[in-house]
Amino acid sequence: MDARIALVESRYLRKETPEFRSGDTVKVHVKVTEGNRERIQIFEGVVIARKHGGMRETFTVRKISGGVGVERIFPLNCPSVDHIEVVRLGRVRRAKLYYLRKLSGKAARIKERRY
Amino acid sequence: MRQMSMGILGRKLGMTQIFDEKGQSIPVTVVEAGPCSVVAVRTIASNGYSSVSLGFGDVKPGKLTKPYRGVFEKNELEPKRWIREFRIEETEEFEIGSVVSVALFETGDTVDVVGKSKGKGFAGVIKRYHFQGGPASHGASKFHRQPGSSGSSSYPGHIFKGKTMPGRMGGGRVTVKNLSIAGIDPENNLLLIKGAIPGPRNGLIMIRKQNGAPK
Repeated sequence: MDARIALVESRYLRKETPEFRSGDTVKVHVKVTEGNRERIQIFEGVVIARKHGGMRETFTVRKISGGVGVERIFPLNCPSVDHIEVVRLGRVRRAKLYYLRKLSGKAARIKERRY
Repeated sequence: MRQMSMGILGRKLGMTQIFDEKGQSIPVTVVEAGPCSVVAVRTIASNGYSSVSLGFGDVKPGKLTKPYRGVFEKNELEPKRWIREFRIEETEEFEIGSVVSVALFETGDTVDVVGKSKGKGFAGVIKRYHFQGGPASHGASKFHRQPGSSGSSSYPGHIFKGKTMPGRMGGGRVTVKNLSIAGIDPENNLLLIKGAIPGPRNGLIMIRKQNGAPK
């Protein structure tokens, strides 16, 4: 990539990103605009994928809401994502946890990662 | 001839995306634009038409032909790789040697971008003219990307001129209108143009300001 494109992108990249990966549970603080008021909404769930890289990086968060699985894809560098909070580290053996979609309850648990 | 508006020469660097304040992502093309030096100013009085010629792109003088180099040497300018003419009416503010930079534009301006599209070689009608082609299955035999019928029978008895057929595609001058400027970086001579623009990376492009509202 041209250094000047990297320069342009560097201005839009998120300044502080906590380290997190697939299997971790995160709270995503999203700015929501209602009329002309802006507030923060929290979306908490398991990160099941991180895709692409650089400016285009996204991550998918899955949670069970009212018995229904809900997934949201967030662009990592999007300014409407206020900040990301890591709640719990998970130990998983693959980068994409799409198999969680078929599991529920006890089977969908993820072991905690400890050092 | 309809008059152009003033513009600048640039080099396409590539595409990326940025976010606006609402959090919407915007696809942008990053362009190295200028600084261009004014190589020639033509007026109706002396040339019968009015225009400003800009030079752009660093080049070793030895790479240029002698007559080409002479254009610069005559006016004691740095030699430039490309020279392009902008036919504008008001040429008073420009004089030979003055510099045109990205400061010509502001964020939100509407511009037209001219470039030379990537050559596609000898292309079939599906790629070249968006023909539908034939069915992929259901017993279709040897008729998948064919042009089909090219005309009628004994009336008119010939193929009309301009009938769209396979052939060389791309590699021509293309103008994309009504693009907007998403950002400017005067320090590094960069322009961010919303959307895609014609040509390969490092290709020469012309960015023209648009006069008034789009038609």
